[in-house]
Amino acid sequence: MADIRNNFVGIKSPNPFWLASAPPTDKAYNVERAFKAGWGGVVWKTLGEEGPPVVNVNGPRYGAIWGADRRLLGLNNIELITDRDLYTNLREMKEVKKNWPDRAVVASIMVPCEEQAWKAILPLVEETEVDGIELNFGCPHGMSERRMGSAVGQVPEYIEMVVRWCKQYTRMPVITKLTPNITDIRHPARAAKRGGTDAVSLINTISSIVSVDLDSFSPNPSIGGKGSHGGYCGPAVKPIALNMVAEIARDAETYGLPISGIGGVTTWRDAAEFLALGAGNVQVCTAAMTYGFKIVEEMITGLCDWMDEKGHRTLDDITGRAVQNVTDWQYLNLNYIAKAHIDQDACIKCGRCHIACEDTSHQAITNMVDGVRHFEVMEEECVGCNLCVNVCPVENCITLDALPAGQLDQRTGKVVDPSYANWTQHPNNPMSREAAE
Amino acid sequence: MDRLGNGIEAGRLAPAEYEANFADLHPRLDRHEALVASDRCYFCYDAPCMTACPTAIDIPLFIRQISTGNPLGSAKTIFDQNILGGMCARVCPTETLCEQVCVRNTAEDRPVEIGKLQRYATDIAMETNRQFYQRAVSTGKTVAIVGAGPAGLAAAHRLARHGHSVVIFDAREKAGGLNEYGIATYKAVDDFAAREVDYVTAIGGIEIRNGQALGRDFSLSDLSTQYDGVFLGMGLAGVNGLGVEGEDLQGVDDAVDFIAVLRQTADKSLVPIGRRVIVIGGGMTAIDAAIQAKLLGAEEVTICYRRGKENMNASTYEQDLATANGVIIRHWLAPKKIVGEDGRVAGIEVEYTAMRDGRLVGTGEAGVIAADQIMKAIGQTFSASGLGALQFERGKIMVDVEGRTSVEGIWAGGDCIGTGEDLTVSAVAQGRDAAESINRALMAAAQPAMAVA
Repeated sequence: MADIRNNFVGIKSPNPFWLASAPPTDKAYNVERAFKAGWGGVVWKTLGEEGPPVVNVNGPRYGAIWGADRRLLGLNNIELITDRDLYTNLREMKEVKKNWPDRAVVASIMVPCEEQAWKAILPLVEETEVDGIELNFGCPHGMSERRMGSAVGQVPEYIEMVVRWCKQYTRMPVITKLTPNITDIRHPARAAKRGGTDAVSLINTISSIVSVDLDSFSPNPSIGGKGSHGGYCGPAVKPIALNMVAEIARDAETYGLPISGIGGVTTWRDAAEFLALGAGNVQVCTAAMTYGFKIVEEMITGLCDWMDEKGHRTLDDITGRAVQNVTDWQYLNLNYIAKAHIDQDACIKCGRCHIACEDTSHQAITNMVDGVRHFEVMEEECVGCNLCVNVCPVENCITLDALPAGQLDQRTGKVVDPSYANWTQHPNNPMSREAAE
Repeated sequence: MDRLGNGIEAGRLAPAEYEANFADLHPRLDRHEALVASDRCYFCYDAPCMTACPTAIDIPLFIRQISTGNPLGSAKTIFDQNILGGMCARVCPTETLCEQVCVRNTAEDRPVEIGKLQRYATDIAMETNRQFYQRAVSTGKTVAIVGAGPAGLAAAHRLARHGHSVVIFDAREKAGGLNEYGIATYKAVDDFAAREVDYVTAIGGIEIRNGQALGRDFSLSDLSTQYDGVFLGMGLAGVNGLGVEGEDLQGVDDAVDFIAVLRQTADKSLVPIGRRVIVIGGGMTAIDAAIQAKLLGAEEVTICYRRGKENMNASTYEQDLATANGVIIRHWLAPKKIVGEDGRVAGIEVEYTAMRDGRLVGTGEAGVIAADQIMKAIGQTFSASGLGALQFERGKIMVDVEGRTSVEGIWAGGDCIGTGEDLTVSAVAQGRDAAESINRALMAAAQPAMAVA
């Protein structure tokens, strides 16, 4: 039986599923419900400075995009950090942690980039006996206009400076939450590491306008006819998050730095993918906001069942397993050759593979054979691009199968070479020619 | 009136029952339902549904337009190919046309609900009387159309679009043909057929003259001389007889007449029906008559068909609809004699049949089924009066692929032609295509001779 207990920078939780700092973790009522539902931990909704709390808009805070059957694919929000009094939050955090000692409770903090501000709040948080702190350097909307959130996360020097203060003024583990609204995620991650962070968490939300109302010509969510960019999250952002997690996991400078993976985790499978790319645990928000806290049951059972099936005993058996397989394009094996294959028994004859290939790719799929509607890959044209696999509505109907070494590639007329050869060695690469000379 | 009274009586049911029984069979999808249903379309390449549609409506496109919140654009996509798309959405046997070939059947045994989606879009356009087509500048050409049914209306609309002036002659009091007189009441409620005629003719340039029968009120040569072109779109006026003893007894009726009377009677409680009704036949008319007999309060309705289930012209869906309404369908029974009592129907003697050496034969085993009313639904025939020199095939007008008859200047389409398929949607396609052919002919004739340098 798989053991999915999680130890993330010394913070223990019964499973690796934490709720991210967000609306679902704004108060004790929600967090208690989450713990009853089985969540392993929460990062409490971001605390601000002592004093009058921030205010939120009183109109819509969220916008969304949907897939078929109105499945929510991406959520955009313009809600700020907690708009409740600091001491109310601290009191509730302390109480909840006391009632749920086996669950992780982490305080998310966002105060101005001044040493005194951090020095003031850290002891107050420490007093609640929560397990750690997460520095919110990520929110791209609202607070960034006040030089907080992503405004800090976009300047590596600020990250390093604030992390250093935090490590100086608290004994609690420090998790630095990064914004994806930068060009290269490795720089803020390296800065956090230089500052002494115990871990990074990512991604925070992506700056976004989710839609435009075509009657009023206002961006959504529309506050009386005006809109502002929000933070984008949900299933749609997962690929961006996975890449950023992997970039940090395989960077020489940040290699081994614990990562809490965030961004579109909706199922156990998503979580396992984050873990495989180097995350020590995951944080979830949109999935809970879409379906309620119960979805964690699917995540827990799914992860355990998969681990049992594959013989993985603990999370350590999974974490980082895919990192070594993430490489630069230039190191991909150009001698690897695959061809699409259509399972005629599974094919429903919608023709989407044909038209996608015919109109937009390599003209490698028939639509008619001997006067009969029939979709078949023409190997002599197929470059193995995988587009047909991706557009086919039937899972596993079209597969991309590798040609074994020694077999003829009908497209090039060459036999598949068993050796590994990448772009750096390729004759068409001017750099490789230079190297050879 | 007594619910279980013997004989053929009106008012067997309470008023509320009539209302419920003859309400819309499939109420229109609401917006949410339409969005959910449209999501299931895969937007197939060279979509099989489109190929299966006799009018070749671009089904993937119109469904995608629904899914993107553009029902009016969707309706135009439908009307571009089939101006009677509203009625076709109601009466097409989609289960044997577009929906039968939907690729969703392969994986899930459940097609996209193409018919219902078509109705959703066309209803929205028609309810707001959104007209998508304008009459071209008048060509000065005139075309006479005989029959204001689906073929005639489709032809008239297409001709009007091209700027020709159209006069439709129809023998009945109302236009619409089978849409008005031959469709089961619950498939076209709220006077839909008449509203559709108004919607189609709103383009202008179409005059309908009712009560005008070919061969009685005018002749084909009248039309040929007075108009630049003629399109014949008549229906099948004749009904096949059983050819058995007792056919003239009181209580033996034609199913098509019964269906027409029911359609034309606003208060269904006035339509008399037998307590025990036998319908002879295996097509859509038999099903429509049987179901509606049941809905009028007949206690026992039996369809007798002389061949097997797989031979029935009525689709499986229609058969299931009948049985779900309490109709009993009996196969391999042929009528031998109608049994009378005091000049009225008392039952029918039937003989079991079987296929022997590829031929349908009576087995000799016979019996009597008691009945107050017998409805004949064993096919309709084309009565070819006043068609003079036209050549025929299989008892109907012979046409070429463009709908041209053997006589120049005369086109035909719908049930009256040899290749007619007894389907509204096919009639629409034939009327539309003949109109294009007529237009080509008229415009070619109108072109001044090319100047030669």
